[in-house]
Amino acid sequence: MDVLFNPIILMNKDIIQKLPYTKPFLFVDEIIEVDDDHIIGNYIFQKDEYFYEGHFIDTPITPGVILTECMAQIGLACFGIYLLKGVWDTQDFGVAMTSNEMNFYKPVFPEEKVIVKANKVYFRFNKLKCNVVMHNSKGVLVAKGIVSGLAFNKNKV
Amino acid sequence: MNKEQLLSKLRVIITPYVQNEEGLQNLNENTDFIKDLEINSANLVDVILDVEDEFDIEIDNEAMEKMLTVKASIQVIEQKLKAK
Repeated sequence: MDVLFNPIILMNKDIIQKLPYTKPFLFVDEIIEVDDDHIIGNYIFQKDEYFYEGHFIDTPITPGVILTECMAQIGLACFGIYLLKGVWDTQDFGVAMTSNEMNFYKPVFPEEKVIVKANKVYFRFNKLKCNVVMHNSKGVLVAKGIVSGLAFNKNKV
Repeated sequence: MNKEQLLSKLRVIITPYVQNEEGLQNLNENTDFIKDLEINSANLVDVILDVEDEFDIEIDNEAMEKMLTVKASIQVIEQKLKAK
């Protein structure tokens, strides 16, 4: 099919606008690449993110659960919206992370940019499972793992 | 493959996803994956994918929605095996 005339191809900005998150819990700035097998996106952790006030006392470091959330927002939510193509707009979808297994290698400090890449393991029956990696702007591995999530019709729960 | 063989293969597939051990011990045709075994909907997808691999069949959306009990799953598997 001619990509130019394919209405189901979403612009990368459109995907972020469809996300069910907002500040202070939106951890996606840009989607750089996306196709049926992978997605790449990034986020810059701002100096004043709310969790730096308490994690840790006098030493702000991005919590691992927030890094996991960032990877899930890009690798599951954004990627899932893309993979559902136009179907996302036809139903009242909710999303849920259903499992993750993560290893962390380097800390992420305020004002650092992270780049997330997710490779699809499978997308079946609205469940998406991905291998994900997060790198910092120097290209150093920050985190690596597996995330899974579901898209479901909120009216049928 | 008879029903008993099917059931024993199905038991192996679902075991890692079961949260209710008692339900697994009492596994029978009427066992409901969600109500009796407390398998969550994300793991239900894994059960279906493992069934596809084990029996070398393809489960479509329509069949998947039916596969909520042992009985319905065995029916779907038998049907798909016959159609191969």
